Parts: sequence; structure tokens; C-alpha cells
Amino acid sequence: MAAIAKPLDYGPDAIILKGLDGNNWRLKDYESRGGYQALKKILRDNVKPEEVIAEVKKSALRGRGGAGFPTGLKWSFMPRSFPGAKYLVCNSDEGEPGTFKDRDIIRYNPHILIEGMIIAAYAMGIAVGYNYIHGEIWADYDRFEEALEEARAAGFLGEKILGAEFSFQLHAFHGYGAYICGEETALLESIEGKKGQPRFKPPFPASFGLYGKPTTINNTETFAAVPYIMREGGDAFLSLGKPNNGGTKLFSMSGNVARPGNYEVRLGTPFAKLLEMAGGMRNGKKIKGVIPGGSSMPVIRGDVMMSTDMDYDSIAKAGSMLGSGAVIVMDEDTCMVRAAERLAYFYYEESCGQCTPCREGTGWLYRVIHRIEHGLGRQEDLDLLLNLADQIQGRTICALGDAAAMPVRAFVKNYREEFEYHISHKHCMVGPGGYSTSPAIESLAMAAE
Amino acid sequence: MVNLEIDGKAVSVESGATVMEAANKIGTFIPHFCYHKKLSIAANCRMCLVQVEKAPKPLPACATPATEGMKVQTSSEYAKTAQQGVMEFLLINHPLDCPICDQGGECQLQDLAVGYGGSASRYQEAKRVVVNKNLGPLISTDMTRCIHCTRCVRFGQEIAGVMELGQAGRGEHSEILAFVGQTVDSELSGNMIDLCPVGALTSKPFRYTARSWELSRRKSVAPHDSLGSNIVVQVKQDRVMRVLPLENEAINECWLSDKDRFAYEGLNSDDRLTRPMIKQGGQWVAVEWQQALEFVAHGLKDIKASHGAESIAALASPHQTLEELFLLNKFIRCLGSNNIDARLRQADTSADGNVAGARWLGMKVAELSGLQSVLVVGSSLRKEQPLIANRLRQAAKKGLQLNIVHVADDELLIKVANIAVVAPSALPATLAAVVKALAELKGGKLDNAVADLINGATTSAEATAIAKSLADKQKTAVLLGNLARHHPNSAALHALGQEIARLSGGAFGFLGEAANSVGAEAIGATPGSEGLCAQGMVSKPRKAYLLLGVEPALDCYNAHATIAALKSAELVVSLATFKGDVADYATVALPIAPFTETAGTFINTEGTVQSFNGVVKPLGEARPAWKVLRVLGNLLELPGFEQESVDAIRKEIAPDLQAFVNLKLNNTMSNAAVTMDKPRGGIERIGEVPIYAADALVRRASSLQKTVDAKNAKRIFLASDVAAEQGIVDGADVRVTQGNASVVMQAKLDARLAAGCVRVAAALPETSALGPMFGTVTLEKIAMAAAAE
Repeated sequence: MAAIAKPLDYGPDAIILKGLDGNNWRLKDYESRGGYQALKKILRDNVKPEEVIAEVKKSALRGRGGAGFPTGLKWSFMPRSFPGAKYLVCNSDEGEPGTFKDRDIIRYNPHILIEGMIIAAYAMGIAVGYNYIHGEIWADYDRFEEALEEARAAGFLGEKILGAEFSFQLHAFHGYGAYICGEETALLESIEGKKGQPRFKPPFPASFGLYGKPTTINNTETFAAVPYIMREGGDAFLSLGKPNNGGTKLFSMSGNVARPGNYEVRLGTPFAKLLEMAGGMRNGKKIKGVIPGGSSMPVIRGDVMMSTDMDYDSIAKAGSMLGSGAVIVMDEDTCMVRAAERLAYFYYEESCGQCTPCREGTGWLYRVIHRIEHGLGRQEDLDLLLNLADQIQGRTICALGDAAAMPVRAFVKNYREEFEYHISHKHCMVGPGGYSTSPAIESLAMAAE
Repeated sequence: MVNLEIDGKAVSVESGATVMEAANKIGTFIPHFCYHKKLSIAANCRMCLVQVEKAPKPLPACATPATEGMKVQTSSEYAKTAQQGVMEFLLINHPLDCPICDQGGECQLQDLAVGYGGSASRYQEAKRVVVNKNLGPLISTDMTRCIHCTRCVRFGQEIAGVMELGQAGRGEHSEILAFVGQTVDSELSGNMIDLCPVGALTSKPFRYTARSWELSRRKSVAPHDSLGSNIVVQVKQDRVMRVLPLENEAINECWLSDKDRFAYEGLNSDDRLTRPMIKQGGQWVAVEWQQALEFVAHGLKDIKASHGAESIAALASPHQTLEELFLLNKFIRCLGSNNIDARLRQADTSADGNVAGARWLGMKVAELSGLQSVLVVGSSLRKEQPLIANRLRQAAKKGLQLNIVHVADDELLIKVANIAVVAPSALPATLAAVVKALAELKGGKLDNAVADLINGATTSAEATAIAKSLADKQKTAVLLGNLARHHPNSAALHALGQEIARLSGGAFGFLGEAANSVGAEAIGATPGSEGLCAQGMVSKPRKAYLLLGVEPALDCYNAHATIAALKSAELVVSLATFKGDVADYATVALPIAPFTETAGTFINTEGTVQSFNGVVKPLGEARPAWKVLRVLGNLLELPGFEQESVDAIRKEIAPDLQAFVNLKLNNTMSNAAVTMDKPRGGIERIGEVPIYAADALVRRASSLQKTVDAKNAKRIFLASDVAAEQGIVDGADVRVTQGNASVVMQAKLDARLAAGCVRVAAALPETSALGPMFGTVTLEKIAMAAAAE
């Protein structure tokens, strides 16, 4: 087993996770790195909220949670003169397999998120915010609470922040680990104390959000990029990346790489460079496939990936999506049927059960792939899988249906020969390290894990 | 207005309408399961996916707003592929057990599967099985059939006002269930059965008794409360198998209360009286109709001759048809007596001569939905008028302020703006306080009749808040419930309620008790100034009584005294559908047909005349009461008893019955010298009529009798202070004594009751030994040993 990288080496171009050693997360540390300067400047100079939004628009910051929606544009959707409450919500419900970037922000640099949210609240005239933290990272939730206390004590949160005519209360809120609560409207339902089930849209949260009030929801990393933008300017942030793909991006590298972990690089960095930062392929194996944006995104064949840059537009051109930036790298020993089975199981288990195609279809997908993996596949199964994916995708209230369908379709299309081999030979085509279909060897393999 | 095109047909709809609503407007059917016009949009079944020009994916018609210029295809190849895909998913885990499913033949899933399902499934894996749930005596479950449309869940949350079912679990493991160990106890629960588009929730009483295609569907009107819900009675081989709602937006919308839905079980009860009976030498003997009728005719003739006509009295149930009440009235007046009353539980008739007409709702039922502030006096609402309560619940969501003056802070499942909870004897004083506060707010001059009552009234914070709510709003009403009507000072409550309505410029009405409470007053089945009212016939016992559909121990204000009066009479003729305890007090029992076995008319609380036909033949030798009365009239050679049909009787009442009734509807009380009793000392009885004890039919509906509501009614509920004073705890046995009669009941503490009160329901065999519905009682805790005896 190769050595794991020092956990806090995020790369030379890091801005969000720059200068962290795992212990310097407190307010004084953050301030010594230039933290809260952006907020202070905005309040001191009485910068107009519209100017803040204009700056964020200029930066070409796009939502880091997966959809890549332009952040400045989203902020401008908030009704400015709405009478009554408006809410700001941070989506830290990071639950997608392969994704573990927001967690590092929360535990190692919580104040950058807090400052980003305060600035966002200022820009949109919001008085109350929530950070919804995934239910399986309790220690990080506790740390965030502690950071909030520090910020309150220092006057960055609460009434009349730093003496200005601007008040903002920020609360931490933890979920209980359901993947679906990362869907923004399910997340709102969950905060409201209801079962986490996505709402039908329209209306969108900007008009009918938390408790029915206008609400803006952004990802942790999105908010965390805001202090830099306001301190250094939108142009500076944009120039870190490419046009329409501003700034740096955190990538969670996992799978068969030598040094799995988070890496913060400029958008547009070649994948080959990112893989090199992660120490290259583990044990020098050949790359077989990459899921570039979290498990819900289509898998791309290794050779295609090696010539693709890591930004929204380039990955879209390659046939997948940047998503949340969770890069799962699979080497030549990986059984793609087994991988598809595991992902299908995840979506089957995490479907909320609301919409028919997702509730019924995810289980069907999983069972068919499970059969193939276990030597009980039929030749017609592959067309069935592709057809089921078509019947699920785009037919549901939220994107979980799409998230279940897209990887299955991509696995079958990109690695059809492996599936066919499984079906006709009733066992796996990959060599050592792959998974056999014989129950006896299966249990041995599990013991070895 | 928004203009769009659906399948090439132009349609324009209000802005904000959905594609589904636009399609419905032009009669284009879009398949659906979760969508229901009365429920919120869930968009979860995905069956209504349609193709919308320029949209990147198929959109659910139920949730997609219609927009200008939109072009929708509901059955293009693209749309059909999406719809068929959803149907395939719905069926993979559905058991397809239609042959043994009660929903078979009337199942939305079955119907749509014919149009959108495949003839064989591509699904080769194991199917899901879901454990059934016990939801109580009314709803049967087969949860494996559930397609998770959540209509039942939304019905509970939005219509019934209480979330008794929810969806737990995720994904394929999602299940509809009640809270752990709980059942569905809403008085509107049966509607979930109608709403369920598959056979997951079906009727427990109806289970496995008939297939839907074997049933004839016949329109009728529910006889159980004053709303007159429209129903479809389903019949197989001359037997009523079940009752379903018939949609009437103006009355019951598309809903039905459980009482109206399940009471049909009583129709087929073993307790039905099927042959005429005469008591001879203390023994009941079944006789021929001729013999029984002649016996009655002779008996009445003899008593009239020996004691005078005024010694004959008639009590009629207000649940009988208008035609029956009319003929009984005619019969008794022709005999020369004026002693007739259908207001069996009305204790106070002191204002009879001063009320202008028949007491009614004072407005249309549908108008309740548009009220902005309402004061409801002396009503349990939900248990008394389940669907009127629902109207108010929906109106409250749109801003109606519901104000309550009642003897208990019952859980109404409606947002209550203001409430005054007082003992029954303090109800008039509380209303007087509202009048006083309102007069101060409005500065109007008080009506002379109530001026005396107001003198000395002291306003309270609640009374002032109620007055303010009524004064502030444009569309207001004051409604008196059954408890106010049965109250020993109901004339005072009437006068005060009317004054509140006058001062606030709103409507004034009565919620009404029975199917024909309005009808009975409209045709004058009341004594007038010459005769005795129901209470008078009891306090001044008569020699002969004619009972029409009355169970005297359960239907009357003072059960104890009524039975005593009957037992002292020489002749008691009971025209009855059920045997009950008729043997205890009657001389002759004549079997009459219930509402399903005769044609008739009910006039509901809003004054709407609703006529119906019989749906099955009379059981055994039972005969429609109007025929029995006509023959009795002939035997006694009374004039005007030649009617050949119910139609003829109806025409005799008035050629245009609705116009006739419209002229009679009038709540106005004038010049009444009403008085208020002084509040009594001691523990006050609240003797309400429980929801499933209100009439003879529902008392014999076995499934309803197993409900939580029915079981609870048999207990004595004690206000906290009463329980503390008497040292009585939950579950203890208590001897309740009223006058010189007493019964033993199990105690239940109820912090929602007015101080100093106990709730001892009327209309139950368990309490019929007691006296009036209101009055003072004494309590005695029974030691365990004594109780065991």
C-alpha cells in the first residue's frame, strides 16, 4: 500500500484551504491569514449589496455543489424588497460517494465559510442563515458550532455586525445522513422538521423556500470562495481559472490513486496534472475509468480522461459533468460490473420513495446488475438497463432519478464488453483484484477487504 | 387568462391554473393517480407526464402551470412512452391480485393498466411484500398494493385536519402507516378508502361481501345529520351492501362522514322489527298487519272516547321522512289532539310562539366557506357536523376566525381564534357578555327582549375578543349547535345569539340536529300554542302515545321520565324499524321501513328539499310508515287519507315544495320574554349525543360501534377540578347519580372540560336510567371490592 499524502497539502494554488495544518482553524488563526478582512471592508466602506453581487458575477463563480449554476446570478434572483423573512442556507450535506471536500472546509477552515455566508447575507439582505451539515460527521458539526460561538463573540454574527446597520444570525443544523437531504428542497423540508423529500419546482426556493420564504441555498465551497472574491476582486478569482469557469476548485481524489485526498487546483487544470498531484495510479496500474464529478456522474474511459481538463465545460465536452468534484479513479483491475452494482445499490437505498420511476426503477436497476454480477445475467438485460435508465432519467421531481440512471447508462455504454463477458461467461473478465462470481471466492474477497 | 393548446385544441384558463385543470376544462383525460382536485399537488406518481413544446423532458400535467402559448401533447408517442414507462414501474411491485381484491372493477390502477400497461412484464425479479396495518374497524389494508400516491396522507393533513397516516421509510421501503400502535380515528376516515386509487385501503365492513360489478347504484340522501349528504347506495339482491358519496359541491362536496358511510350496517341488523307485534297478557305476539292496525284503531278510538282527544300524544323522530311526519301530524290533528312534537331533545320550548318559522342554518352551507368570522355556540362541531366542521376548517386556512363558546375546549382540528369554555348553566351569561362587549364596540341600541339579560352581565377578556372578531369582519355569522338547542335555557341562547348577529351585521342560524329537523318545523309537526311539546307530554303523562321511529330511552331529553310516562299509559303504539327495548313500554309495535326502503324527502339545515326513492324492498313485513299511517287514517275514518303515493303526499304539502319551504325558513324570535336560570351549584352534567349514538340506525352499525369515538362515549369524563375534589383517578369506577337514578361508569379525566362539569353522554343504554341531559349530578367513587360485586 502506498503512503498516504500529508493530509493538509492541498496544492500550490489553494486559496480556500491555503495554509492549513489541521489545528489552525480558530478565529485568530483565520484572521492572521487575512480572514474577515473582506467583511470588514464591505461594512466599513458601506459597499452596496448590488456591488457585492456584481463582483461575484464578475468572478464567474459557479455553484460547487454539483449543478454549476452561476452564483452571482442565483443571488440576483432573491427579491430585494420582499417584506418579511428571507433565509440563507448552506448545503453542507455532503453525502455523494466519493465526495469529501466540504468536510475539510468545515473542520479546518470554518471561518472562511462563516465569512462567506455573512457576505452573502449582506448582499441579499438576509437576516437568518442555516448551515445544514451532513449527519455522519458529528465532530465537524461540533467544531462548526464552536467556530460560530467565536464569530458571535467577536461581533461578526448577531445584531449590528461590527457596528453597521446589518444583522445576521447563523445557525448550524445537522441532518441524519440521508443522501436525499442534500437535494436543496429536501434539505429545506428537513430543516423544517419534516421527512426529507424534494419539493416539486417551480416554485423555486428563491420565491418559496425555507418556511415558504425566499431562500438562497449554496454549497459550502461556493460560500468559502466568496471572501477571496471580495478581498482580491472578481477578476482575480476569474483569472485563477478559465473564462466562464472562474477560480479554483476542490477535487476529492479517491479510488486507485497513490495519495487519495482533497486537492485544490485552478479550474482548467489537466486531469493528468491532478492525477500526478495525487501520486499517480496506485502500484503503477493502468487507468481504466474515471468518474469525474461524484458517483452520480457518467463514468469516462481512462484514455479519454487523460486528455481532458478539469473544468465545467471541458468535462461536459468529454461526456460527463464536473459535479461536486469527486474524482473516482479506477484501475485496470476494477470490475466495472461490480462498480456499477455498488453505485446502483447506493441509489436504490437512498431514493426517497416519492416518485414512481425512482422508487421502483432504482431497485430494478440494482437487481438486474446484481444478477449480472452474480452470473445470472441475460443478454437482453443490457438493453433493459439502458431502457430503464431512459425511463427514470428526467421523469422525477428531483435529480436523484437522473443520478441513478446516468452512471448505469455510462457504465453499460462504456464497458459493454465487460457486461457481456459477465453474462456469457458467468464470471468476471478482469484478473487478480477483480471480483469473482463464485460465492466461495466472493466471501474470501470480502474477508480480504 | 392564459391561452394554450392541448392536443391541438385551444383552451384558455385562469392564470395560475395547471395543465391538468386546462385539460379537464376541455374534457381531455390525462391519466393520473396522485392528483385529486381537493388535495394539494404532490406530483409523485408521474403518471400524468405530457409532452410540452420546447420542454427538455416530459412534464407532470398536474403540477405544471399553464403558460401563454404553451403547446401540450397528452398522447403523442413521446408522452405515451413516458406514461407507459411509469405504468410499468407501478406494476412491477404491485401484486396484480385483482381477482381477490375488493377494488377490482373500480380500480384506477386496473383501468389505466388496460390503457398504458404491457400485456407482460419485463420485471423478472422478486416482488416487494409490505406488512398490513391495523387501522381500526373501518379501513382494511393490503399495503403490498399501495402505489405511494400519498392521497390518504394528504387527506389527513389537509381535509381531516389530523395526520393519522404518513409515509415512513425511504425508496422501495417506503410504507404508508399510522403512528406506532395507533389507528385512524378521524370521523372522516372513510374518504381515504375512496381516495385510494388501488386496493390498499378498502372498506373493512364491506370486505369480501360483493364485487363492484354486481352492485346496483342508487341515489339517496343520508339520514343521519342535518347536512343531508348525497349518497349512492349500492345494492345486491335487495340488500344494501355499502354507501358511497355522491358528489354535490353545494352540500357534501365529494366527501362523506364515516357515520353516513358506515351506518348502513344497521339496516341489516338482527334487531330489525319485521312483523307487527301486540302485547297480550304481558307476552309479545306476532300478528297480521290487519289485526295490529285494527287493534290500534280501536285502542285510539276507546281512549279518545273515555279520556278525550287531548289524552293522545305523538312523538316523532326528526330522522323520519317529511311525508311521514306530515301524515302523522295530519293524523293526530284529525283525531282532535295537538300533542305532536319531533323536537325530542329540546327542553326549552318557551319561545315557540315567538319564533317566526323553521329554525335553519340561516344561509347556504356553501356560504360557510366564505365567512370571515363565525361564533359557534354549544357545538362539538366535528362529532356533530363532520362535514360542516370541514368547511370551517378549510375556511380557517383562508383566514376565517373561528370563535367558540362551548362547555369544552374540544380538539376541533381547526385553528380557533377565541374560545370561552364555561359550564352549561353559564352559557347564557357568557353570550350576554359578548352582546354587551359588542354593543360597546358598535354603540348600537340593544333589543328590548335581551336588554334585561344584559343588565348585570360582566364582560370577560374572551367575550370581548369574540365581540371584536365579529365586529371587525364583514362576513360573519352566529351559529347555535345541538347543545345550545338542547340546553334548558335555549330560548335565552336563541335571543342572545340573534342579538349578537344583529349587532355584528351577520347571519344567524342553527347547525341543526337531524335529517328533518327543519322539515318537521316547516310542516308544523310541532304542537303550536294548543298542544303539548315533547317535554310536556312527559311531564303531563298521556293515556296513549304514538311513537314514529322513536327510541324513547335514547332519543328524548329526559330518558328516565319519558319511559316512566310511557309505562303509565294505556296504549303505546310504536312505529319502529328496530325492536330495541320496545317490549318494555309499548303495547303494539308496527314494523316500518327505514329510509332505504321507502321514498321520502329530507329538508336539510340550509332548507334544501331533497327527495329520494327507496333502493330496496322493505324487509320482512315492514312497510313504509306513510302507508301505515294512511291505513290507520282510513280505519279511523279520518278525512284526507287517500294518498296513493309519496308524490301525492308531497303535492299535498305544497305543489312547489322548495318554494313552500323557502317561505318557512325563519329564525327570527320576537317579543319573547326570555329568562336565564341562575347558575346552579354542584357538579353539572354535560349530556351530549355521541356521534355514533345519534339515531336508531347508527346505533346498530356494528363497525362504527367499535370505533374509538363510540367506546369513549361510554365513559364519564371529569373536569380536572371535579376529579381532584372527588379524588377520582383515570380508569376508576364512578357511581353517577342524577335525581334518584344512578349508573356506574368508568372515569376519564379531561382537562378540556369546563370547571365543575362532567361529561355523561345521553342517547346511550348505559346512561338511559339517568334523568335530563343537563342538570346536577353527584359522584361517588366505588371501591374496587364494591365494583367487583
